[in-house]
Amino acid sequence: METTVNQLTLKDQLLRVFEENRENIFAGDSPEMIRLRQDALKVFKSQGFPSSKMEKWRNTDISEALKEHYNFYLQPTFLPGIDLRRIFQCHIPHLATDMISQLNGWFVSENGAVKKSADGVIIGSLKAAKKLYPEIVNRYLGTLADINKSSLVALNTALATDGTFIYVPDNTQVEIPLQMVNIIQHDKNIFIQNRNLIVLGKNAQLQLVQCDDSVDQQKSFTNTVTEVFIGEDSSLDHYKLQNKNNNSTFINSAFFNLEKNSRLSTIGITFNGGLIRNENYVALNGDHADAGIMGVYLMDKMQHVDNQVFVDHAVPNCHSNELFKGILDDSASAVFNGHILVRRDAQKTNAYQNNKNILLTDKATVNTKPFLEIYADDVKCSHGATIGQLDQNAMFYLKSRGIGESNARLLLMYAFAAEVINRITIEPLKIRIDDMVKKRLRGELSICEQCVLHCSTMEKPVHFEIDLSKV
Amino acid sequence: MLSIKNLHVSINGKEIIRGLNLEVKAGEVHAIMGPNGTGKSTLASVIAGREDVYEVTEGEILFKGKDLQEMPIEDRAREGIFLGFQYPVEIPGVSIVNFMRTAINEIRSYKGLEPIGAAEFLKAMEDAKNLVGIHSKLTNRSVNEGFSGGEKKKNEIFQMAMLKPELAILDETDSGLDIDALKVVANGVNSLKRPENATIVITHYQRLLDFIVPDFVHVLYDGRIVKSGGKELAFELEAKGYDWIKTESL
Repeated sequence: METTVNQLTLKDQLLRVFEENRENIFAGDSPEMIRLRQDALKVFKSQGFPSSKMEKWRNTDISEALKEHYNFYLQPTFLPGIDLRRIFQCHIPHLATDMISQLNGWFVSENGAVKKSADGVIIGSLKAAKKLYPEIVNRYLGTLADINKSSLVALNTALATDGTFIYVPDNTQVEIPLQMVNIIQHDKNIFIQNRNLIVLGKNAQLQLVQCDDSVDQQKSFTNTVTEVFIGEDSSLDHYKLQNKNNNSTFINSAFFNLEKNSRLSTIGITFNGGLIRNENYVALNGDHADAGIMGVYLMDKMQHVDNQVFVDHAVPNCHSNELFKGILDDSASAVFNGHILVRRDAQKTNAYQNNKNILLTDKATVNTKPFLEIYADDVKCSHGATIGQLDQNAMFYLKSRGIGESNARLLLMYAFAAEVINRITIEPLKIRIDDMVKKRLRGELSICEQCVLHCSTMEKPVHFEIDLSKV
Repeated sequence: MLSIKNLHVSINGKEIIRGLNLEVKAGEVHAIMGPNGTGKSTLASVIAGREDVYEVTEGEILFKGKDLQEMPIEDRAREGIFLGFQYPVEIPGVSIVNFMRTAINEIRSYKGLEPIGAAEFLKAMEDAKNLVGIHSKLTNRSVNEGFSGGEKKKNEIFQMAMLKPELAILDETDSGLDIDALKVVANGVNSLKRPENATIVITHYQRLLDFIVPDFVHVLYDGRIVKSGGKELAFELEAKGYDWIKTESL
């Protein structure tokens, strides 16, 4: 029997988990959600995992990762004796944050699964919130993440049972940035599916820092889906810090819906990770909505990062700005796929898209595809992509002031990334990321650097370097 | 201080400088003049060490007795050579403060000195800013990014004031400057003049030399210095143009 299980493909395993645990999975779900889960399972069943034969996955191959054996859990699973307070000890100097912790995809907290503060802000486990705040959760959950967009979104919709729930009611400004730390630490290969739901009412404000880390070198496959609703006149600053081990596969799909006069800034900083794919779906559904979707990636070795951005200008007078910049060393590879859709009525749209890359070696590769699809006639749109080396005139200028080769390269590479880093509005976070980018470029950043991981019990921290002499 | 003998420089196999000789001693100000395209900027870049475009095919350049051709660009700067660029490069994302601190500390480290202290650095920044009349905060500004032509040239002299070179080569520092900016820049250069330092001013027009008075004027034509003299040579050039030189040098 055991052998049979091992011979099943990951897909079959997951389908079987669903069939055998329906009750468990559906616990707390609304009838609509149960129906959605079943529909989603059908989508996954018919499509399976994405393959590189598909246009959208042509340059990101997850087939090797899918050959691994993973354990998938429907209940929280942690290593025995784990000290949550220690593992989630996050240190960003001078930055006071409220911390949300997820361990192996499960919301963990010492103060109860869901917390509602005096101003009505609700933060907690999605699983628990379904029971406590069904009217909010059921109104939003699953309404934005289209199961037909991707079979992985469908899979997550079918099987994910927990994650983080954040609700900011109307006219509420959350002053202290929220920090959501997702850590993977396990003694077995693990397949994680977490689901996050973030709802901002009208005239609400939130700063959210989402850190994805691994603590060890264990193999993992994470399929995260996050739905974000930004109400009228509301504003969300969203930061993603990704510093994962080289054995991790991380598919991170985020769906954003923006209402009238709302504002989104989402900035993803990818320091390290085996294979990372960030899918951003941004729907501009109200006049004068404004979205900035940006990213920096610093990859080396055999690492792969893929940023997919789809911006839907559904109504007039909206603004969107995409800027993704990457530095690639060794045999690292990157993909950028930007798609801006300007619908027929979306006049006076401003939409910009840019992807710039520096390749440090002949083996590093970038596949970039900016794409505009415009049906309105009164719009300002632009797109561009560059792949190059460091500017020789700038190198000469720096050196002519006495700055040596390695520092000159470092300054220019850092400057290249800074265009995005400078958009970070939380000053202590900017300083921290600044420092991490510099360390990463100098080859001094380990996965034990970010937020957490001041752990002495772990294996020796692994250092990743970008070799400056190769520029 | 600087001794150039029989220098030949080519760009893509085409010889631009063809047997140039020049001696510059401490305390002197030399002006190099000449029509466009005669190799003035090439000379400046070659002394500073640019090698990806220019190839020195013959001759030698000694600075304080050391062979410059053996020295990478940054070491030439650390030894005390400063090039004021004709077209200063914009470097978005590199702050002027970080740029200057890195440069100063690398120069200090080369000389075996400790990194500059924060207070000392800030004072040097203030002094240098005042010298060239930069009033804006530089803290958050990137090197030359979005600067006007005049601001870029002021920024070159600002850097010169920060780095205190022994030999400053100012390549067409006057180009694109109005008379007020020109005075500011010239005043900056003059106040940095020391008996132990030297300056080479490269210019197309005599105008700058009203403000930075040279001890020697050289006329560069067709890759060679064809005439040298005192400051009165500049006036002669201004009055007669370059054509009589061309005729003479034939």
